[in-house]
Amino acid sequence: MKEKRKNKVLMSGNEAMGLGAFTAGCRFYAGYPITPQNELTAYMASCMRLPGRTFVQAESELAAINMVFGASAAGFRTMTSSSSPGISLKQEGISYLAGAQLPAVIINVSRGGPGLGNIASSQSDYFQSTRGGGHGDYFTPVLSPWSVEEAFNLVILAFDMADFYRTPILVLADAIIGQMMEPINLNRKPLIRNRKPKRWSLTGAKNRPPNIVKSFFLQEGLLEEHNLLLEKKWQKIKLREQRSSIYGKKKVDCLIVAYGSQARIARQAVDVLSCQGIKAGLFRPITLWPYPDKALKKAASLARKIVVVEQSLGQMVEDVKLALPNKEINFLGKTGGGIPSSLEIVKFVKKLTKN
Amino acid sequence: MNKKYNRPESLRDSDTHYCPGCGHGIIHHLVAKAVDELKIRQKVIGIAPVGCAVVAYDYWNFDVCEASHGRALAVATGIKRCRPKNIVFTYQGDGDLASIGAAETLHAANRGENVTCIFINNACYGMTGGQMAPTTIIGQKTATTPSGRDPFAGDGWPLKLSEILSTLKGVCFAVRTSVSNPRQVHQAYDYIKKAFCSQIDKKGFSLVEVLSPCPTIWQKTPVEAMQWIETEMIKEFPLGVIKE
Ligand SMILES: Cc1ncc(C[n+]2csc(CCOP(=O)(O)OP(=O)(O)O)c2C)c(N)n1
Ligand code: SF4
Repeated sequence: MKEKRKNKVLMSGNEAMGLGAFTAGCRFYAGYPITPQNELTAYMASCMRLPGRTFVQAESELAAINMVFGASAAGFRTMTSSSSPGISLKQEGISYLAGAQLPAVIINVSRGGPGLGNIASSQSDYFQSTRGGGHGDYFTPVLSPWSVEEAFNLVILAFDMADFYRTPILVLADAIIGQMMEPINLNRKPLIRNRKPKRWSLTGAKNRPPNIVKSFFLQEGLLEEHNLLLEKKWQKIKLREQRSSIYGKKKVDCLIVAYGSQARIARQAVDVLSCQGIKAGLFRPITLWPYPDKALKKAASLARKIVVVEQSLGQMVEDVKLALPNKEINFLGKTGGGIPSSLEIVKFVKKLTKN
Repeated sequence: MNKKYNRPESLRDSDTHYCPGCGHGIIHHLVAKAVDELKIRQKVIGIAPVGCAVVAYDYWNFDVCEASHGRALAVATGIKRCRPKNIVFTYQGDGDLASIGAAETLHAANRGENVTCIFINNACYGMTGGQMAPTTIIGQKTATTPSGRDPFAGDGWPLKLSEILSTLKGVCFAVRTSVSNPRQVHQAYDYIKKAFCSQIDKKGFSLVEVLSPCPTIWQKTPVEAMQWIETEMIKEFPLGVIKE
């Protein structure tokens, strides 16, 4: 027992994501300073200066994502991180990564917007994250942690998925997840998968025909063909990668749907409601794309009321509506760095379940 | 009789999409020849730009990577840092390198990335139909400077990026050359080879700017275009070694 406790480490979400990347075998990291993810870049600056790893403080987010493009084309595990305005800048690069089928991990520790917004926690990048984000017909799988330990684990998973599907993976954390500190358990050695040699990568054309990494298909019909190939990949991901978790009773008066730090707050609300005799549950998507609609349908079938809570004016709520077309969907949200508190959620649910 | 001029192994046997008299084909050939001569075909990785040379990988017979418009040197940084033993070069137009990619260019050079940059200066944006480039010379008519580039009308002056970059400590080799006559073509070839050699010797950032004809946009015959480089462009962009 004592031995185990020894391996519990207290760290911030930002640092845990850095450690996750390091553990997953990230070989190249490039980033540009922006709050609230600076601890992550600083963490990478220390651990990625070890032999065989590379850290670059890029001149901009544009440069960072394109350096990642290069490192990935060269066949290496690679990552960049930023926060909302910087992620907007990276979108062209993410679109190129998706088009050229290059694996990479991108972390967004999101903050308030639009514009320079503020540096408070916000979930207003949901649309951007789950609808492609850049130009063109593509999707980026999105993983959303609700704890420091899960942040660590999801970054490792992101690297595995990126290599398996040959596509960029987004980890969408918010400022609270990035900055809060929690103990994480380093006892279990994480499984690192999908580390096969990348035959498509650029190594120099030695004893093989040249490899070309590109997303450009000018001739008539070729891009359509390529995009349909990508579409098969999106469908496969939709089928296999939906992830979610449930907290509370199965048969409930009210099912709360929330993700990231907001799900942590909603969990507290569920506990308070149960104490007050109202049966409540929490459905938490872990993948935001693909949206876990199958699991949500199942969970919602035994719920009288549905409440979606977000740190935004209502973005994920649209996916809930798509998943549950025959249900009435109630929404509680705050924008610009506002965070719906557990008491506000309790009040909202009580008013709703009274009727 | 032995054939003296063969197609380099690093050049594919394919039809060109470039306009008649375009400089890109000549410079592709010079790069391929230098790669063969230095016996680095099996470890060279080229980065193609967005511009007329976007499909350079259809011509070169070695590994090539795409880059988004202007970001070739960021992509090169990622590749070279991961694969320091490979020879990494970018091939970029003046719009790509000196306008949209100016920040990436400046900072890759300033970090002294051990890569080579082949910079094609044709004084215009070829691919998009002949707009003003940072390198368009004063008075030159383009789609966006219909009465000629006028610095006093807000068009700015021709940007001498090679000179600017040569002031940086990270840059070990910077030259300007042209392909406007056979002697210059040989000179360009020597410079490209030298630039690769400085990368092999791990000296830092090497840059070869090549003045290159674009008869289509300049609305000249191929011969007139070559002459225009020698009579007009060279006045603005003098040839020779800028830093070695
Ligand atoms: C982000 C972005 N902006 C604009 C374009 C359109 N575009 C394609 S090529 C090009 C200019 C190319 O000019 P240059 O780099 O001088 O090369 P050239 O075609 O003359 O060889 C532009 C603006 C693009 N593809 N991407
Ligand atoms: S437009 Fe100019 S640069 Fe482009 S292919 Fe034609 S001649 Fe060459």
